[in-house]
Formats: sequence, C-alpha cells, structure tokens
Amino acid sequence: MTTFTTVPRQIEDALERCHGASRRDFLRTSGLLVVSFTAAALAPFEVEAAAQGAPGAGPYPLVDFRQLDSWIVIHEDSTATFYVGKTDGGQGTGTAFRQLMCDELDLAYDKSTLIMGRTDITVDQGGSGGSDALQVDAWPARRVAAEARRVLLELAAARFGVPAGELSVREGVITVSADPSKRVTYGELIGGRRFNVALTGQNIDATTGVAKLKPVQELKITGQRLHRYDIPAKVDGSLKWASGAKVPGMVHARNVRPPVAGATLVSIDESSVKGLPGFIRVVSRGNYVAVVCEREEQAIRAAQQLKVQWQKPATPPFPGSDNLYSYIRNATPTSSSKPDIVGNPDAAFAGAATVIESEYEHPFQGHTAIGPAHAMADPSNGQMTIWSNDMKSYGLRLGVAKFLDMPVDRVRVIWMEGPQLYGRTAADDAGFEAAFLAREIGRPVRVQWMRHEETAWDTKGPAYAFKLRGGLDAQGNVVALEYHGRAVDHNHLGYNEPDTVLIAQLMGIRPAAPATGGAVAPSEMYAVPNRRRVADVVSLPLVWESPLRTGNLRDPNGPQVHFASESFIDELAAAAKADPVAFRLKLLTAETRDDSAFRRARSIAALKAAAELYGWDPRPSPKPIGTGALLTGRGVAYCYRNQTIVVEIAEVEVNRETGHVWVKRLVCAHDCGLVVNPEGLERVLEGNMLYGLSRALHEEVRFDTEKVTSVDWTTHPTLTHLDAPAKIDIVLVNGDPDAKRPDLPHYGAGEAACRPTAAAVANAIFDATGVRLRRVPFRDARVLAALKAARV
Amino acid sequence: MSITLRVNGNTRTVDVDPSTPLLYILRNDLGLEGPRFGCGLGQCGACTVIINGAAVRSCVTPCSAVKGEITTLEGLSKDGVLHPIQQAWIDEQVPQCGYCQNGQMLTAKVLLDRNPNPSDADIRKFMAGTLCRCMTYYRIQAAIRRAATAMKTADTASNEGVVA
Repeated sequence: MTTFTTVPRQIEDALERCHGASRRDFLRTSGLLVVSFTAAALAPFEVEAAAQGAPGAGPYPLVDFRQLDSWIVIHEDSTATFYVGKTDGGQGTGTAFRQLMCDELDLAYDKSTLIMGRTDITVDQGGSGGSDALQVDAWPARRVAAEARRVLLELAAARFGVPAGELSVREGVITVSADPSKRVTYGELIGGRRFNVALTGQNIDATTGVAKLKPVQELKITGQRLHRYDIPAKVDGSLKWASGAKVPGMVHARNVRPPVAGATLVSIDESSVKGLPGFIRVVSRGNYVAVVCEREEQAIRAAQQLKVQWQKPATPPFPGSDNLYSYIRNATPTSSSKPDIVGNPDAAFAGAATVIESEYEHPFQGHTAIGPAHAMADPSNGQMTIWSNDMKSYGLRLGVAKFLDMPVDRVRVIWMEGPQLYGRTAADDAGFEAAFLAREIGRPVRVQWMRHEETAWDTKGPAYAFKLRGGLDAQGNVVALEYHGRAVDHNHLGYNEPDTVLIAQLMGIRPAAPATGGAVAPSEMYAVPNRRRVADVVSLPLVWESPLRTGNLRDPNGPQVHFASESFIDELAAAAKADPVAFRLKLLTAETRDDSAFRRARSIAALKAAAELYGWDPRPSPKPIGTGALLTGRGVAYCYRNQTIVVEIAEVEVNRETGHVWVKRLVCAHDCGLVVNPEGLERVLEGNMLYGLSRALHEEVRFDTEKVTSVDWTTHPTLTHLDAPAKIDIVLVNGDPDAKRPDLPHYGAGEAACRPTAAAVANAIFDATGVRLRRVPFRDARVLAALKAARV
Repeated sequence: MSITLRVNGNTRTVDVDPSTPLLYILRNDLGLEGPRFGCGLGQCGACTVIINGAAVRSCVTPCSAVKGEITTLEGLSKDGVLHPIQQAWIDEQVPQCGYCQNGQMLTAKVLLDRNPNPSDADIRKFMAGTLCRCMTYYRIQAAIRRAATAMKTADTASNEGVVA
C-alpha cells in the first residue's frame, strides 16, 4: 500500500517538535481556542488522524490572534516556530518573515521555522494578495516577535534579580551585562511552555504587545541575502505539494464543461461511461457536471467519453476576438467613474500648439498556471478538510462553509505549495468543487482541472480599449493630458465567493447583482496642469457562467493601463523631440501644488538610477533607422504601485524581415523601501519583468462567438527560454527623502515590476523602427504587418 | 495488466491498464511527485522523466511503452549528494513557485550529458519546450552555465586521480 504524506515536511517537523502533541492541542490546552473540547476529541496527531478518518477530529476554529502563543512557540532547544497567516507563492515571503521576526526576537535565523496559511493552526492574516505581505502583515509579525523578546527579558530579569535594562541579549541567550557568567537561554526560560501573554489590536493587522520595534539600523538579519528555505525541497523533489495530497479511500474527479459558453444542460447519457473501469458516479447539478472514478486516468477517460447534450444559448455569448475592440468602443458602459479633472483641460487643449490623440488596445489575458487548478477534500466525520494551494486559504474555508451550509469551524484548509498563485486563480474554483464532490460521494475527492479548462476557464484580466489625448505648448511642455480607459470587467469576481465561484455559477446560484468591476487610471506622479481621467466598465453579452470571467490577475489592471499611458508619454516626448528620460524627469520635477512630494522624489530617484545603470545617452526617439535586418532600440517606462516605484528600460532587437522582437537587455530600478532580502527581491523582479514581457509579446486569450479558443500552449503561446534576455540588471533604490529614518517602511514587491514592461518594450520598438505598436501582444506577424505598413 | 517498471534503481510492479500514462503511475502508485501534471499534451515539460538518456514527457507516454530505466527528480541525487544541476539551482536561487522545475532540471541534465559545453544558443534551443509561468528562464540559464562549469571541474578532478 502506498504511504500517505499529507503535510509539508516543515509542518510535520514543527508539529512533532511541539512537545509531542499537535499544534492545536497546544493551543487548546492553553485555552486559546475558545470552543470547549472533551478529552475524547483530542487526537495526538490530528492531521494523520483526520487523514485516516478518525472519529472526533476537529472542530477547527480560528486561532486567537490576540495571544502571543498563537504566533510564536519557543522550544526547549531555544529554537522557535513562527505561525503566520500568509501564504508564499514562491516569492520568498516566508523567508522574509523569518528574517524580520528573528531580528526582533534576537534569534539566529537558522534557529527558526515558519508555518503558513493553515487555517486551524495559524492566525488568519487572509493569506496572500495585493503584495501586502511585507507592506502590511509583516508589521504585526515584527511586533509580536519584539513582544516575545520583551517577555523573555522580563523572565530573565526575575530569575537574576536585576532590572531588564541591565540585561543583554544575543541570539537567544540572555546575560547580565555586568556579569556575563550569569546567562540563560530562551529555551531554559520558556522552552515547551506557553507565554500566556495577551496582545491588543482592533484587528489582526494592528496586533501588538507593549514592546517597541527596533530601529532599522539595528536589524542584522534583515537585509541579508539569505537563501530561501523552501528551495532545497523544491529542487531535490522532497517537497509535498497540494497537487500530491492523498488520503486513503481518495477518488478522482474531472469536470465536464459546457462546449459553448452559456449552454444549458439538456441530458446526460450515463450509459456512455457506466461500464468503464473504476467508474463511480456522474455528479451534476444545474450546468455543473463532473465524473468521479477510482483512478485518475479513469476519470480523465470517463470525462472525455461522457455523452452530454447541451442547448446553445439563444444569443452568441461573445463578439469574437477579432471584433473585441470595436465591441468595447461601441458598448454602453455598465458603470463609469466620476471624471477626475484637474485644471481646465478643454481650454488647455484649445490653446495647445500640438495635440496628439491615440488609441491603445489590450486583450484578455489569463493566469494559465503551469499546473492547472486542483484541490483535494476529505469529508470524514461530517467535517471538511481541503488541501489546496489557494493563496487565500482562510477565504476558501469561509466560502466553502457557506456554500455547503456547514458550520465554519467544521471546515479547515491545509495550505500547501502549488503552481503560481498570483491572484484570483481557479484554485478557488477547484477547492469548492472538491468539497462539493467529496460531500456528494462521501469519500475524499481530488479534483484536477485539465489544460483546456485552465486556459479557457480560469479567471481573466480584463481586456481594455484606451483613448489618450495630450497637448503640448510651443516649447514642448505637456499642458493637457486626457485618459479614457474602458475595461471589460463587469461582474469582476472576488475571492472564494460562494455565489460567484464557477461551480456556483454553473449551478445557477447568483448574488443579488453582478459586481461593478473597475477600470483604473495610470499611477504616475507627472505634474500636468490640466487633466481629465475617465474610466468605464463594459460587459460582454454573456455575464454568468462565462469562461471570460474577470478576476484579479497579477497586478490587476496594471500592465494594461500602463502599456497605454507610458507608451503615450513616449509619443508626447517624440512629438516634443525630447529625450524620453529627460521628458519624464521634467514632468516629475515640474511645479505642483499638491502634497505628492514623497512619491515624486522617490520616482525621480528611481528614474535617474535606471538611466545611470543602463548607460542612457540622451536623445529623442526614434533613432535613425538602421539598414540591416536587425534594428535595435531602447525604451523606458515608469510607474508606481501603492508606494513601490518601478522604472524599466528595455533594449530590443527587431527583425524587420520576420517581425520578431527579442528583448536582449532589461534594466530595472525598484524602490520598495526597506529591502528584507536583496537576493530574494531580485529574483522576484527578474521573474516578474519576464512575466510582463510574456504578456507583452505573446499572451492573448482568444475566442470566437461561442467559446474560448485558447485551450493549450499552442493556441495560447507564452514566453519561452528563447525569449530570455541576455542580460538583466537591477538596482534596488532607497529614494526616501529621509533615507536613514529608523522606521523606514517595507513596501510590497510582488507585482509592480510587471506593470511597465510592455510600455518599455513598445517604446524600444518605436526607438528602433519608428513604428508605434498600440495593441498587445507584439507577436511576430503583428509586428511585421506594422513594419510593412510603415515601409520599414 | 501487470506492468513492471525500473525507477531510480528499483523495480516496481503495478497492475494497471497498459495505456495508462506513466505520469499517473509514478505519482499515484509509486509516490514519486517529482514529475508534475502540467498539460497532459506533451507541450510544457512539467512531467519530464529521463529514460535511456532522453527527456521523456511522461504525461503522453503509455506505461507499457516504457522499455528502460526511468530516472525521476527523486533519483537525481546520489547517496544523499545533490546532482551539480540541483546544487546550481540552489546556488542561483532559481525557483519561484517551483512547480515546473522538475522538467527544467531533468531537461538540463539531458542537455549537459549530451553537450557538456553548451553555448547560450544551445541552452535556449534545447530548453525551449520546457515552460515556466513564473518566468525564471533567465536564472535557469545561469544555473545551467554554472552546473556545466561544476560538472567539468568534477570531471577534471576525477581524471586527475587516475594513474595512467
């Protein structure tokens, strides 16, 4: 029989280290879990117990974040385990948390371990999202670590009979400053026992003890290029992933999706699969259909073979990719933002020496994770345990409880690592499907989406059409700027909503109204005296049960909006015959009456740093067009995301005979405040810039009037090894006007770097060829057609 | 039917339909989770294993067609020592989510076994069909160059120990 491993190694280790009892037992006996338990309800290793269907496992209430013991356990050997409510999509969040918490606790980094995102044993920090792990959630983590250090000093002070102020602490050892022979370790003080210290804070983000944080200058582990702790197990094959979660009796499910978007199920011919080996059941409700079999390959075959009759919708669900942008422009908005007006743009345009107007277009793009969505759910004991890589494990728990009408403390989510959790992925949908099917079948069920489902049906970043207008005076100054963005984002999905996840939609469940969605305006600090910004949302004909459903995709709206806005700034620079870097610097340093100096100063610092690192020589674009087959050029783009500033410079090689674009060099200047781990950050930026490049060069989810036709890696190309730049250079900037401030914040870094990439590349293509590309992606055929049209 | 496979030095027998793709047997019957499901179409490389010195896509390989020793990611290290490719992946801190890296490392191993001195163009071309959606390509290529150097150094060192 196969052996079953259900939790990551580091969690198993931590559970075992927890005094031979489980983490939840530890919390229970500490009185931190507010529900009452009978002795019989306590299982020594509840993970294995639940996996084996042991009676009495659970319930699984949330952990009380206002108790120090919920965050930190000190073991007898003076090591520590940290419990945080974030998840890590492979961007080093966990490593960064350990660095910060060890610094505040005064413990060596390698004496710590960290558990993330498991709803029954870690505090609810909401999982991941919005690049807020360091920007928001690391603060309570730092404060509780500082509080633990304070309590340990108090304990030592009592032991030695001296005031805490007369003690020194270094790497988990406290000594009496005046007599270093008097020493005690953290483990000797509290190892294996509870702090029993209450914390305060209106919400988890505000959680705090009474200890003060260390000034940045005293942080020693923070700022080091430490290797990520999760990488060795990813490299040697020992990591246990959500995709591999198994329990005895588990069966396999595959979904059967409507072949035409919006189709209605008429009938299922179950005899088409009934005789297949391993067949268990067809489950259907409304338009949701799945097949469950004993083995995985059996479920795949049964799903392919199942005969289902569908009724097409009366009207075509989509306009078709080729008509998308005219559809967007002609559609009546479902909602519009209130125009954001500065100065008097109409008068400024009327008085401008030059007025330029351009339209930009950006397609739907998807997560299209390398591993399609999956989850496993175990319904044993009238409870529900879900193994998932969903980045918002706490939300999945709550959503499933509502969806299945179960008490929320009967549901838990064991977060494990998985492919690419960068936003509202289909991991949400798969988690609900697994839980639903597990309850229907009465056995643990693993759901795995197939490639065509992932590419066609995962949530999409909205398509956009833009109109931009700019006015220059006779000296080439920008006197007016107008932005009009229009996004196909009606019914934008939230995370783990029991009335909008795909299975709910297909079952006919609906919220009172579709979400409004949103189109956004660019994030830059240009001082332009007269501006108008308008954003509309439109809807496709099919609102519900649509594969073209929108949700948060890494840096929601960012790549689309800044492709348009930062390309257009380049158009204005070219019209003014100005160097693109100098033109932007002038816009950033122009006089302004607002209070934006802080972000503006940091924007200027990043722009200068990028230009210096690249070796930028000032001149207008385009450069004189070359004569050979390969034309080269460089382009810059800048923007911010929350407080994180990013400037990128792309150097391209355009093949005028094939239209092929190779970005041979990328330069990035990035300011996210205090850098916790420079190497980890650089890797995130490298990957994220290339992610932006993939979206710029290749990615477009295409569809006809009935269905999405992008269903695999042939019909939905992505960046490959062939596209990798020869060189990537990164400079981490601290452009804070008070750069040495002791409370220098740590801002987010997971998303900003994909934001300006498409514009930097488009601007470089313009520099090389004089041709302006205004529609993403820049696939060879489209570039070649544009070059030919311009006779380049 | 009964299928016998040689995997990472062990012989394993499973009773399955002979058309079952190798991937599901490795993962579900033999507990080897190095190979991953990515597309089921042989397009992405996440499921790669090495058979007879070739990088094979286990998601489209029927188990009955397998005629050689199978090496999975779990079989890459020897006697607890990481393969130079694995070490280079750690030294360069390659993975983000890490899901595709099984295919990246095993494909790189086949490349370096065949061509110990690959040019940058050789690396790009050989690796082109192995996809990464966290886009770690730049760092993977750096790690392959690093591993190539390490493997050459190791070869030189072992040759030096040989008495003619």
